[in-house]
Amino acid sequence: MLDISMTNMIPEFQHITGFIYPNEFELHWGTLIVVYPYITGLVAGAFILASLERVFNVKVLQPVYRLSLLAALAFLLVAPLPLIIHLGRPERAFEMFLTPSTQSAMAMFGFVYAWYLMVVLLLEIWFDYRKEIVIWSKEKKGLSKYLYKILTLGAADISEPSLNFDEKIGRVITIIGIPSAFLLHGYVGFIFGAVKANPWWSSVLMPIVFLFSAMVSGIALVFLIYMVTSMFRWKEMNMGCLNKLAELLLYAMIIDFSLELLDFIHRLYESEESIKILAELIKGRLFISLIVSQIIIGSLAPMITITWARFFKIPDEMRRMVYFVAAILVQIGIFSTRWNVVIGGQLFSKSLRGLTVYKLELLGIEGLLMAAFLLILPLVILYILCKVLPPWVENEGEFQTSEIET
Amino acid sequence: MKKNSFQLYRRDFLKSCYKALSFAGIFYLSFQPEKLLFSRENSQYDPTKHWYGMGIDIHKCIGCGRCVDACKKENNISREPIYFRTWIERYIVPIEGETYVDSPNGGIDGFPEFKGDIDILKTYFVPKICNQCAKPPCVQVCPVGATFLSQDGVVLVDEKWCIGCRYCIQACPYGARYLHPVKKVADKCTFCYHRIIKGSLPACVEVCPTQTRIFGEVGLQSSPLRRFVRFNDIIVMKQYLNTEPKVYYSGADMEVR
Amino acid sequence: MKNFDWKNIKFNPKIPRQIISLAVIFAIVIGAFIIGRIFFVPHSFGKYGHYRGNALDEIASQKINYAGYQVCTNCHSNIYNSLTKSNHKGVSCETCHGPAAKHTSSPGEYKPIVPREREHCQLCHAFNPSRPTGFPQIIAETHNPGKACMACHEPHNPLVPQVISECSACHRTIVNQKRVSHHASLSCEQCHKVTEKHLTNPKLEKAGKPVERAFCGQCHAKDADSLKEIRRIDLSTHGGRYLCWECHYPHYPEAKR
Repeated sequence: MLDISMTNMIPEFQHITGFIYPNEFELHWGTLIVVYPYITGLVAGAFILASLERVFNVKVLQPVYRLSLLAALAFLLVAPLPLIIHLGRPERAFEMFLTPSTQSAMAMFGFVYAWYLMVVLLLEIWFDYRKEIVIWSKEKKGLSKYLYKILTLGAADISEPSLNFDEKIGRVITIIGIPSAFLLHGYVGFIFGAVKANPWWSSVLMPIVFLFSAMVSGIALVFLIYMVTSMFRWKEMNMGCLNKLAELLLYAMIIDFSLELLDFIHRLYESEESIKILAELIKGRLFISLIVSQIIIGSLAPMITITWARFFKIPDEMRRMVYFVAAILVQIGIFSTRWNVVIGGQLFSKSLRGLTVYKLELLGIEGLLMAAFLLILPLVILYILCKVLPPWVENEGEFQTSEIET
Repeated sequence: MKKNSFQLYRRDFLKSCYKALSFAGIFYLSFQPEKLLFSRENSQYDPTKHWYGMGIDIHKCIGCGRCVDACKKENNISREPIYFRTWIERYIVPIEGETYVDSPNGGIDGFPEFKGDIDILKTYFVPKICNQCAKPPCVQVCPVGATFLSQDGVVLVDEKWCIGCRYCIQACPYGARYLHPVKKVADKCTFCYHRIIKGSLPACVEVCPTQTRIFGEVGLQSSPLRRFVRFNDIIVMKQYLNTEPKVYYSGADMEVR
Repeated sequence: MKNFDWKNIKFNPKIPRQIISLAVIFAIVIGAFIIGRIFFVPHSFGKYGHYRGNALDEIASQKINYAGYQVCTNCHSNIYNSLTKSNHKGVSCETCHGPAAKHTSSPGEYKPIVPREREHCQLCHAFNPSRPTGFPQIIAETHNPGKACMACHEPHNPLVPQVISECSACHRTIVNQKRVSHHASLSCEQCHKVTEKHLTNPKLEKAGKPVERAFCGQCHAKDADSLKEIRRIDLSTHGGRYLCWECHYPHYPEAKR
C-alpha cells in the first residue's frame, strides 16, 4: 500500500498508513474503556467462583468464598468510575437512568449495575455475614459498634430458624446471581459484538469470549489475593483450595483459548472483505499486544505451567510459586485481551484501507497513571472491607464454638 | 378524647408530608420550559410531509472542495483537519495493485499533485457525507436518546442532552461522526437542518459548481432527486449493512467504500 | 411523637425482619428514583419520539451564514442574468464570494470577499487528472503566469479570449497520455470529428469516434499503405466483431497491460 501522509498540519499524521476517514484520526475509546471491561470481568469471575462454593457445594473452596465476594464488591464499586470519567459530559451521566433507550446495550448498564450491586452482591454479602455483624454489634466498642449496628439494618435475630432463612435466601440470591453476573459482563461483550460497523468487534462470539476471559481473570484474581493476603497475615495457604483454583483456572483458560482460536480460524476461513486490513493489523500494530502478550505470555505460558504444576509431582512451595507467577501472567494476558479488542478495533479504518496509531499517554485523563489508579483503588477498598468484614476462615471457626445470647 | 400515641404520630407525619409535597410542587412548577425563539409549531412547517435525501453524481465532482469549505463556514466547525461533516476522497486506481485513496484536510483546499510512480487506470473524486440512514445504527446505540431520526428523515444530535459516550461514533459505518472539540458532544452533518426547513439548500449543495450534489425529497413525484434516481444506476454505501442510507451515489466504482 | 416507642416496633411476625428491613430500603431507593424521574426528565422528551422535542427547535434556530443565490438576485439581478446564460451558470454566487448572509442583512457594513487571486480560480480549473474529462483546466504555471485570471476571463460570463483551438483545454489528461505514446504524431482531428458546435457547446454536440474497424485498418491492416514500423494485424481474424477501441486504448495503445 502506498504510504503518503494526508497532510502536514498535524505531525501525528505521519504514523497513519494507507487511508483513514478524516474523522477517524481521533480514537474515541481509550485506556479507560480498556480498564472498564477488565474490572467488570474480575467482578463476574470472582462472583462465579464464589457461587461455585455456594451452589455447587465445592467445599474445598471454602477459604476463598468470602474473599471472592469482597473482592467482587471492591471492584464493582470502582467499575462505574472509568465510564463516568471518560464521558464527554460526565455531569449528564444520570441521563442513562432518566431516558434510557431500550435499543441501546449501553443504556442497560445503569440498571444491570444497580441490580447486580443491590440485589445480588450486597444482599449476598449481607446475608452471609449477618450473624457475625449482629455478634460484632454487641461485642465491639466505640465507633465500630455503631457501624455494625447500622449494618444489621435492625434485623438482630440470630436464632436457628432465622439463620436457616438466611441460608435459604442466600442460596436463592446466588442462583439469581450467576446469570446476573453473566449479564453484567456479557452485556459489555454485546456492546462491542453488536456494532456491525466494525468487523473486528462484530461477532456472535464476542459476549461469550468476554465472559470466559472474565472468568479466567476473576479466578486468577482470587488466586492472587488469597496468596498475597495469606502471605501478609503469615497464615498457611490451603493447598487443596489452591489446587482446586488452579484446576478451575486451567479449565476456564482452555475454553477461553479455544473460543479465541475458533474466532481466528473462522475469520481466516471465511476470508471476507476485512481480512486484509485485519491481517495487517495483527501483523503490525497489534503484534506485541496480541501475539506476544495475549497469546504467548497470557495464555500459552500459564496453561502449560499450571498443567505441569498441578498434575505433576512437585513440592508445594514450587507449586505455589508457579501458581503465583501464572496468575500474574494471566492478568497481563486478559488486560491485553481487553486492549486488543477496544484499541485494536479502532486502529484500522472503516474504509478498510488504512491503519492509525493510539497515542498512549502517561498523564492525563486517559493516561497510564489514571489506569493504574483505577486498578489499585479496588485493592484499597478491599483492604478496608477486609477490616470491616473479615473474610478469614479462622474467624468463622471462632463463632461456631462460642455461646451467644440473642 | 385523648388521642393515643400512634394517632398523634400519624397526624404529625401527615403534616410534614403535606409541607414536603407543597414545596415539591412549587419546585416543579418553577421549572417550566422557556419559550424558544424559533418554534416549529408556529412556522407551519410540518415535518411529516417531508423525507429528505441527497444524490451525488460522482462523474461530475471536480474535487474543488468548495462544499467542505462551505460546510465548515456555515456550521462554524473547527478548521482542524480532523473534524468534518462532509469531505472529498480522491481515488487513484492503478492498472495493477492497491487503489490509493487520500483526503488531504478533507479536500478543503483542493488536492495536491499526486507524486506516486504508478500506472493509473482511472482516477476520480468521491464526496462523502453522513448518509442520513433510514435505519441508523447510530440512533440504535445511543443510550440516552440524544441522537435521533427526525420525522422528516434527518438524523440529528441534541447537543444539550448528549453525554459524550461516543458509542454513536463507533457505530457509524461511514465515519461521518466526530466529537465536537469544545462542546464534547457528538456532532455530524445535519443536512443543514436550519436551512432546509426554511426552504433553502444545505450549504454544500448551494456552493457546488458542477451540481454534483442534488438535494431533495425521496418521495416527491417531481423533483431533481427523483429524476436523478430514475435515470442513473444508484448504489448506496455499504448496502450489505442494511442501514438504508438516503444518500444515493451514481457513477461509483467498485473501489468506493 | 414523644410517646411513641421506637425500640419495640412489632411488624408482621410471619415475615422475617430481614425481609422487612430490605423491603423498606428498596422502597425508599425505588421511590427516590421515581420521584427523581418526574423532576428531571425534560418536559418535551418523548413528544415526537425517544428524544427531546425542543431539540428540533434549538437546532432549527442555528444562525444562517450562506444566504443562497436567490437572495443575491434581489439586488444584483443583472450580474445574475449574465451568469445564468454563461459557462458559470451552475456556480452559485457564494461559491466564490463566500458566506454572504451578513451582507444581505446589512449590505453597507459587511462586504463579501471578492477573490481576485489566481489561486482561487485554480481551485476548480488547475489541471488535475482526477477531474472528469471534458472539464476546462489549465496548467497554472504555463498559462499566462503572473497575470490575473480576470484580465482575460470575466467571472460572471467566462468566455475564452479566442475560440479554443487545443483539445488540451478540456482533455489534458488524454493529450498528456497521447503525447508519450506511439500515437503522438496523430492529431485529435485525425480520428475524431470535431465541429464548431463542440468547441462552443461541448455537452450538446460531442466529438465522434471511428465507427468501423477499417478506420484503424488504414494504418494497421496487413496491406495498409503506412509506415513500416506500425504494427500490423489481420483484420479478418483479429478481435472478432469488436471495434478496435473497444479493447485497445487509442490514446496510449501500447500500455503495458
